[in-house]
Amino acid sequence: MEQEFIEKAVLNAAQDVFSTMLGMEAAHIAALSDAGSTDDRERVVALIGIAGDYIGTGMIGCSPKLACKASSVMMMAEYAAVDVEVLDAMGEIANMIFGNVKTALESEVGALGLSIPTVVFGRNFSTRSMGNHAWIHVPMKVDEEEIDIRFCIAPNVAVLRQVKHGFKKEYALAEV
Amino acid sequence: MKLNVLVVDDSAAIRKILLRVLSQTDLPVEKVQEASDGVEALKIMNSDNINLVLSDVNMPNMDGLELLTTVRANAAWKAVSVIMITTEGSQAKVLEAVQLGANGYVRKPFTAEQIKEKVLSCLKGVPA
Repeated sequence: MEQEFIEKAVLNAAQDVFSTMLGMEAAHIAALSDAGSTDDRERVVALIGIAGDYIGTGMIGCSPKLACKASSVMMMAEYAAVDVEVLDAMGEIANMIFGNVKTALESEVGALGLSIPTVVFGRNFSTRSMGNHAWIHVPMKVDEEEIDIRFCIAPNVAVLRQVKHGFKKEYALAEV
Repeated sequence: MKLNVLVVDDSAAIRKILLRVLSQTDLPVEKVQEASDGVEALKIMNSDNINLVLSDVNMPNMDGLELLTTVRANAAWKAVSVIMITTEGSQAKVLEAVQLGANGYVRKPFTAEQIKEKVLSCLKGVPA
């Protein structure tokens, strides 16, 4: 799969979710203003896994301010601070974005599965996904707040072994 | 016809949004109940007279397609309308749901208007 194809799938899915569900415009930006920063601001991070013949992780990260605003719009309720309902809403936003990315990728690689989202809220933490495949970054801006959207996907090694030993018929696998 | 609705989704956020949509549109909704998976949904359907189910597909314990299959296999629930509301947007999945007996299919993300249109189509008996 071409990186450009995946990037476009992520961008289209994010813009569709924000505009349809939240009535907010999500603009693609060149880079996050705090890229590489290690400050201890509070963050809300939602993670979701992809499984199947390709495996990977999708992540969205944003400020508590944007998480509360997005949740307030989506649920038509007022959220002044991050609570369990804001975390639920962010998990669902991640689910919808990467669910739609999954649908787009399935046209290239066949059926994939999506995990239940996990949402983390706090300060001074870092995230890491195992494996050595590069993340695809799609930084965006929503209502003047930045949102960090990342996606990482690679062929499933166990499936590669099945192909190698002839258990699967011809199967198109390409390096990301 | 008054609607006795069951919203089935493992996401509390989506359930809340759908409850809001159903209460704020002019659909003839009498009662709305919630379930977080197919198992819970069947318990409610066995004890209450549900006539419309809005269900996600991907859920733990029992997914939406298994719930749909179970509902369609039960003669007592023949008249129950089932609308799938899901991120699963591939043609294959939509076709699978229709073949299993779904009355409608809405892709997430959705607008309130899309939900209302699908429900109205079901009420009119028009394939949605």
